[in-house]
Amino acid sequence: MPGQKTAVLFAWLLLLPAVLYVAAIVAYPLVDTFYLSFTDASLRKTTNWIGWANYEKIFDAEFATIIIRTFVWTFLSVSLKMIIGTSGALLLNAALPGRAVFRILTMPPWIVPMAIGIFMWGWMYNGQFGMISGLLQRFGLSDGPVAFLAYGSSAFWATIVTDVWIGVPMVTMYMLAAIQAVPQDLNEAAWVDGASRFYRLRRITLPMIFPAAITMSMISLISTFNSFDIIWILTQGGPSGATTTMIIDTYSTAIGSKKFGEGAARAVIICLFLSAFAILYFRAVTKLSNRMAT
Amino acid sequence: MMKNNAMINRYRWWEVVLMYCGIALFLFFILAPFIEGFLVSLKPLGLLFSTPYKFIPENGSFTAYRTMWESVPGFGRYIFNSFFISTVITLVVLLLVVPASYAFARIEFKNAGYLLGAFLAVNMFSGAVLLIPLFRLMRTYGLLNTYWAMIVPGVAFLIPTAIWLLQTYMRRIPRELDEAAYVDGAGHFYIMRRVILPLAMPGIIVVAITTFIGAYAQQFIFALTFNSKTEFMPLPIGLFAYFGRQEVIWNELMAASFVGIAPAMILIFALQRYLVAGLTAGAVKQ
Repeated sequence: MPGQKTAVLFAWLLLLPAVLYVAAIVAYPLVDTFYLSFTDASLRKTTNWIGWANYEKIFDAEFATIIIRTFVWTFLSVSLKMIIGTSGALLLNAALPGRAVFRILTMPPWIVPMAIGIFMWGWMYNGQFGMISGLLQRFGLSDGPVAFLAYGSSAFWATIVTDVWIGVPMVTMYMLAAIQAVPQDLNEAAWVDGASRFYRLRRITLPMIFPAAITMSMISLISTFNSFDIIWILTQGGPSGATTTMIIDTYSTAIGSKKFGEGAARAVIICLFLSAFAILYFRAVTKLSNRMAT
Repeated sequence: MMKNNAMINRYRWWEVVLMYCGIALFLFFILAPFIEGFLVSLKPLGLLFSTPYKFIPENGSFTAYRTMWESVPGFGRYIFNSFFISTVITLVVLLLVVPASYAFARIEFKNAGYLLGAFLAVNMFSGAVLLIPLFRLMRTYGLLNTYWAMIVPGVAFLIPTAIWLLQTYMRRIPRELDEAAYVDGAGHFYIMRRVILPLAMPGIIVVAITTFIGAYAQQFIFALTFNSKTEFMPLPIGLFAYFGRQEVIWNELMAASFVGIAPAMILIFALQRYLVAGLTAGAVKQ
């Protein structure tokens, strides 16, 4: 190979633009968020160091409710994505005529501009003329129109369903790739021994795709925790705070009310949770790969 | 073995029915908003609010697809902006990611693993967490209310996935090629440009497509926060303003949405084979 020293120099030269870019647009703002969380920054020109005041201010009963709500919302959404996505992947893996077309038809929510998909859900949830309310009345499951986004608990579920809808295609494609990577001879050997299809699913396929499912749920956990567009477009955190997650709360504080310092403190708390998830993710991945090796 | 394979996949009739029902249910969930949106776009505005609910429109027509151009004055401009922003983002991402991926995939250097991990960690933070400093940064450099306000942060959050995909692809190119070229007296830059990059072209194209689609699909939060000028708004934000009005002209909004997603749909159908390969590459190590 070419001389090692010049090769390393060359490597760093190639990496430099990307490293500088990410440092300026992601790493510096991250550090700045921590700094700003200790100041009274706002649209004014001057900012003063105010110590822990922002943190003392934000930790109240309401913030605790928001944190719990965020976790419940995220947990429900990730679980549903994994269940629906994995079931979809198992079905799309079956040797049935038309499966190539079915696989393509799974992609749209992932690929179309997210906001536009959410507009369509906004219509579906509409009480007077939306599809869901309309069908419920048609089948006699509801006496009158149901305005899903007008009430706290239904709006909470409505935002979850839309988030699941956007996340399912990615989970499906990823789990499908995992299912296809299960060695076929295992399945055949079991089949020769007379194992039923359900038995093979339970004892071969599902255990074999388990590591991929863990990886996918961790990736999904992080992106779901960060979910912003769906709630902002459908409810902006309402009605009366029922769909305000930590991200929405941070956005309203920082950008809505222009309280940069306090918003930064709220963002720092989000970063702490995200770091905890990342540590969990790495530990899960190393544990799984160790187990696979033995 | 062939016969074996055919036998193992032979389903009983009720299994086939059950699976098709499952697939139908699954696809209904995925496609319902599109079906409903499309039907709404065909209904005349007066009939939209009729009760009882009708699934199939009566007197359906494509009128909304014509009238929307007048009701949403900036519509053509929004679509142009969406394309323009996504194209510039894709070009900048490629410019940064192609050399970086080459370094990760083809050259051994200390701490490469940590650096790659650091790049991937960017995916952890959504733009929402970094909005405040980014807002101040943009304001300092006078980028607020320009195309750059959407392009600059957009690029940063598409870099990690692009690097991951491309370096995975480049690793699969045999090492012997570099060595042979080196023996023939080629330098580092020559090997990269003349030997490896031409071979990595299919991977670069996949990354370009996925980056473009990502940039097109995720235009929301930065455009919402860093730009308030109508002439620079991408489609989702342009339609969002329209969505928030008192009297939403739903059939036109849906028609506009369909025109807006058409390019993405055409891309999917034309390039779906590359797309699936690209999106799931490196997903499963076996």
